[in-house]
Amino acid sequence: MSASEFPGPGLTPDQWEHIQSLAKAISPEQALWLSGYFAGVRDAERREAGRPALAPNIPVGRPAAAASVDERRLTILFGSETGNSRALAQALSGAAREAGRQPTVVDIADYKTRALRDEQDLLIVVSTYGEGDPPQGAADFFEFLDSRKAPKLPDLRFAVLALGDSTYERYCEAGKRLDRRLEELGATRIQPRVDCDVDYDEPAAAWTADIIAKIAKQSGANGAAATVLADAPHVAGPASPALYDKRNPFPATVLENLVLTGRGSTKETRHVELSLEGSGLIYEPGDALGLMPKNDPQLVEILLAALKLDGSAPVEIKGRASTIAEAFESGFEISAATPRFLEHWAKLSGADQLARLAGEEATAERTAFLRQNHVVDIVRAYPVAGLEAQALVAGLRPLQPRLYSIASSLAAAPEEAHLTVSTVRYDLNGEPRSGVASGHLAARATPDATLPVYVQANPHFRLPTDDRPIIMIGAGTGVAPYRAFLQEREARGAEGRNWLFFGERNFRSDFLYQTEWQGWLKDKLLTRMDVAFSRDRATKVYVQDKLRAQAKEVFAWLEQGGHVYVCGDAAHLAPDVHESLIGVVQDQGGVARDAAEEYVRNLQRDHRYQRDVY
Amino acid sequence: MTETSHPAVDRSRDISQPLDRLGPDETLKATSDQLRGTIALGLLDEITGSVTPEDNKLMKFHGIYMQDDRDIRDERRRQKLEPAYTFMIRVRMPGGVCSPAQWLKLDELARAYGGDTIRLTTRQTVQFHWVLKENLRPTIQKLHEALLDSIAACGDVPRGVMCSVDPRLSRLHAQVYAAASRTSAHAIPNQRAYHEIWYGEERVATSEPEEPFFGRQYLPRKFKIGFVIPPSNDIDVYTQDLGFIAIAEAGELKGFDVSIGGGMGRTDQAPETYPRLADVVGFIPAEKVLAATDAVMSVQRDYGDRTNRAHARFKYTIDDKGLGWIKAEIERRMGFAFEPARPFSFRSNGDEFGWVEGEDGLWHHTLFIENGRVIDHGEKRLMDGLREIARVHKGAFRLTPNQNLCISDVAPEDRPRIDALLSEYGLVETRSALRLNSIACVALPTCALAMAESERYLPTLIDRIESILDAHGLREEPITIRMSGCPNGCSRPYVAEIGLSGRAPGKYNLYLGGGFHGQRLNKMHLENVGEQKILETLDEIIGRYAAERGADERFGDFAIRAGYVPEVTEGRFFNA
Ligand code: SRM
Ligand SMILES: Cc1cc2nc3c(=O)[nH]c(=O)nc-3n(C[C@H](O)[C@H](O)[C@H](O)COP(=O)(O)OP(=O)(O)OC[C@H]3O[C@@H](n4cnc5c(N)ncnc54)[C@H](O)[C@@H]3O)c2cc1C
Ligand SMILES: Cc1cc2nc3c(=O)[nH]c(=O)nc-3n(C[C@H](O)[C@H](O)[C@H](O)COP(=O)(O)O)c2cc1C
Ligand code: SF4
Repeated sequence: MSASEFPGPGLTPDQWEHIQSLAKAISPEQALWLSGYFAGVRDAERREAGRPALAPNIPVGRPAAAASVDERRLTILFGSETGNSRALAQALSGAAREAGRQPTVVDIADYKTRALRDEQDLLIVVSTYGEGDPPQGAADFFEFLDSRKAPKLPDLRFAVLALGDSTYERYCEAGKRLDRRLEELGATRIQPRVDCDVDYDEPAAAWTADIIAKIAKQSGANGAAATVLADAPHVAGPASPALYDKRNPFPATVLENLVLTGRGSTKETRHVELSLEGSGLIYEPGDALGLMPKNDPQLVEILLAALKLDGSAPVEIKGRASTIAEAFESGFEISAATPRFLEHWAKLSGADQLARLAGEEATAERTAFLRQNHVVDIVRAYPVAGLEAQALVAGLRPLQPRLYSIASSLAAAPEEAHLTVSTVRYDLNGEPRSGVASGHLAARATPDATLPVYVQANPHFRLPTDDRPIIMIGAGTGVAPYRAFLQEREARGAEGRNWLFFGERNFRSDFLYQTEWQGWLKDKLLTRMDVAFSRDRATKVYVQDKLRAQAKEVFAWLEQGGHVYVCGDAAHLAPDVHESLIGVVQDQGGVARDAAEEYVRNLQRDHRYQRDVY
Repeated sequence: MTETSHPAVDRSRDISQPLDRLGPDETLKATSDQLRGTIALGLLDEITGSVTPEDNKLMKFHGIYMQDDRDIRDERRRQKLEPAYTFMIRVRMPGGVCSPAQWLKLDELARAYGGDTIRLTTRQTVQFHWVLKENLRPTIQKLHEALLDSIAACGDVPRGVMCSVDPRLSRLHAQVYAAASRTSAHAIPNQRAYHEIWYGEERVATSEPEEPFFGRQYLPRKFKIGFVIPPSNDIDVYTQDLGFIAIAEAGELKGFDVSIGGGMGRTDQAPETYPRLADVVGFIPAEKVLAATDAVMSVQRDYGDRTNRAHARFKYTIDDKGLGWIKAEIERRMGFAFEPARPFSFRSNGDEFGWVEGEDGLWHHTLFIENGRVIDHGEKRLMDGLREIARVHKGAFRLTPNQNLCISDVAPEDRPRIDALLSEYGLVETRSALRLNSIACVALPTCALAMAESERYLPTLIDRIESILDAHGLREEPITIRMSGCPNGCSRPYVAEIGLSGRAPGKYNLYLGGGFHGQRLNKMHLENVGEQKILETLDEIIGRYAAERGADERFGDFAIRAGYVPEVTEGRFFNA
């Protein structure tokens, strides 16, 4: 919540004053911690009320834990396919209650991995499948634990009960993996793992009895206190708070880079997770990430060949000595050509044809020409003998960063930024070509690679106060910020209703983040979701059609103070949705066209209708 | 099998108990509004290609199973996409008989919605796979046009009724098949839900219960009925919950020996579950078939275990209550006693391939279809070939219990036409006797319960076993081999001479000693082993078989005589 914002729900003026003066005084990291702290207090209350914890991943659980309960939090996880582990976990929970503890039993399949940091005592009962694999639903959890994203767990105490069948080679492998990994992450083993064969009753009962004896003894406040301290460094943020920005981007490490679109898709859309760890970079849902790409080394080679230039040819860029190869790779735009380049190349080549195209009167023709001819095409068609590298770069446009809506919330993925990127690929003059940044992300941004990034704030695309209903409309990568919105609202426990309209081509392959939306629908965080897949049936449907189809409800939400968001394609989606909105107000409000337009304009004036289109 | 349980028999786990004392599925059925559930609503949900777990269970009663392409399940999970859900539709086709016109409709639908393939099953019907949720209604409505449906093809109801194919004894087959289809029509529950949800018919308000015989909880579990015509035991009558063994004199049907309590399904590491072969309890005149069917089904309905689905099949009811008690109860409900069983004898449970002539002078060609998979594959174009045959064929098709297909009732003068088409589409081949006697269940990638490959793997395993047989000159020796991708035993593996059930990818249990004509259960010889171990073992045993076998001693009998496995005399000793 930025300090500039108007008083939140029911704040007295002097409360508000305090907050503002505080906001001015503190560092972004401290602000972040505080937001977490408040969320944490509410989170604790919520946990009291026995509802599922929605702790942001900053140490929120902490102060609350210290303040409220005088015992360590006890969570019992089970991973099960045929129910054995589930049953044992429930028995274990019963025993723990008798021993005066308040356990929460969670199926690993439903477990929110970011809650792991907040765990104190963790008991796990898990079975093994396939050839030593975890039970189906638990696979994500295991992958998370093994990934570099797994948090250090210095103040976690744990114990594992493994179920299996000794006729399999990888006996109880899943349990063994967890037991091993939790130790690696710094957690303390309360008692040794026990591997149970198919007749698991007795060993399981024995293990349960032992563990209960151990955890029943040492509960108490000191545990919680300890964890508060343990977490302090975690809040303190980076040691040297260097501030990164567009001029000085932060080399973010790629954590994950996967294709979201399934087999048979007509496009390729990727999910890229970047680590901001140590950057001190902070963003809010709705912000974008600026990314400085490099050109495809192959294209660099091709262009050098076309120009008959040696890559080592020296050039000077802004007073800095470099080589032409390096300049092509990371200094200039070398795919699409600009009018300026056209003009420049006309001079160098003395080609009348180009000179004509460069002239004022040829604007339309020029645009068409530039769409069909990129730099490499032009220099091939109009070669220049004995070209000076320096002379060439003078006509090129400096390489520009690309923006990507951030698809994550710091509350859910601390020190990370997730992107949803559609790969630009096309054929030009008989050659396959690809977008600079999206091409870079698709081809050369494997995990552990780094990319220069910075945060591009987007104050005109912001969540309202927690109680407001929101309608999110997006097609394709346009859903990216809504993933951030929902992660944020989930972490904050925001009560406002959420309605998502999503459009793409095919249900089977292009339903971006499908399982995440389904999870949020199940949790009731997402109140409604309407989808439009344009290429599944003979008659094409788009989000704006779905919007019209739900006119009555949409209008009702607007009348109840709802905020509307539109993200994605600027050329078609945005205007079409705008049209639909006006239509909705006309029909449902029973007003004339101009009145409806006025209504929508007012929404925009009140920042209740915000767009992030590109 | 003591009969002391009679008369005071334990009722603590059956329908007499309130729902909260029974398994969750009983409540689901009872509160499903006679199998309607929220199926119609689920079909409209655009956020998922699936239906709710509850509706999925109810849809089984409509002959429809939700599945997903397990080959790409993990890939899609990583991509944050739900599993690639599709549906399997199982058609109801008593005795596996269908007309060429009906086949053409099945072919059309398979090409439109079923991934260009049709699957012939071990219970003589066809299944479509790969049907998307939005294509369910169109598929079922078009089936209806060809007078076909999928009612009660799955679920806790009497399943597709089987009937021996036996083309030779034409007159007898006609009579027994008539009895089978009558029984099927009589036994399936009335369900309006099917007509409302799939055909879009109006719900008609009525006061009387929709299903008087089965009530709101139907049966405790699936129930399987089959009619067999000795000397062929192609339907494996001993694996049926209720079997009718045709007894004829001079080609005239006299009546049936009745067998009860067969079943294959078991669970690994759960010795209380086991396959069981049916007991023959006596003879009934032909006209008493429906009376007997009602009596037997009602006993299972009233006494079957509804607290634990793994123990709910009729076979367990019989072993719990005692065969004698059950038989008496059936007779009480029939209102007459069984006559002493009449003698009969079986020769094999396999099919006879190629052309045979029936008594009536019509010809029948049984076509081997490996694992029942009808699909075009390079030179071998089964889909196209069968479509062309259906276009010219004047008789009928009979699907066999061994997943093969019989082109039946062909006039002598029409044979050349069929032969020409068979060769044109690459459907005439010579195969080893082992392959001709093989069955594999579907398993991966569609079957939700599969733990290992079956249909996609058995053919290559057989290639390898064939070279062992060749080495010992046994290529022409019929040996039954059946593979299931999990312990459920859909290929009836526990009566095979060589049985295999999947445990995990690439791992199987190996069973030996089954009876050649389905008269004896086999016994586990190796647990959870891979291909190499299986081949080594078979190599040794087949080698000794070739060397030491007695005059026409069967492989299964030899495995017992040679001491590889003990003889299993009763299901309860299968795990002993
Ligand atoms: C298609 C078929 C196998 C084949 O390759 O032909 C088949 C396929 C399946 N069977 Fe079966 N069963 C098939 C004949 C059998 C038989 C053989 C028979 O009936 O003669 C058996 C053993 C006899 C018996 O019932 O004991 C059989 C015992 C089972 C069982 C175990 C039942 C039990 O008592 O434990 C299951 C699982 C269950 O019911 O819980 C099962 C379940 C299934 C399901 C529906 C899996 C599921 O429940 O999700 C399989 C669908 C796979 C797929 O993708 O198509 N199927 N199933 C057969 C269809 C027969 C038909 O047309 O109705
Ligand atoms: C605020 C904002 C948020 C954004 N959020 C996202 C997001 O969340 N996800 C996302 O994927 N993108 C997003 N974008 C777009 C993104 O910034 C890039 O524009 C996009 O990824 C393309 O960049 P690129 O370097 O890969 O392609 P470029 O190298 O810039 O290629 C684009 C150029 O390629 C040429 N070209 C493309 N197709 C053809 C063709 N068929 N024939 C000839 N030439 C062609 C054209 O010259 C075009 O201008 C956002 C943009 C903005 C401004
Ligand atoms: C298909 C399948 C594969 C299995 N693979 C293994 C394995 O590789 N290793 C093992 O120890 N147990 C294995 N098991 C045994 C299960 O872990 C065991 O049955 C356990 O009790 C199941 O517990 P659950 O009901 O909680 O899932 C496997 C079981 C099945 C059904
Ligand atoms: S035996 Fe198992 S794997 Fe094979 S079809 Fe039946 S249920 Fe599926």
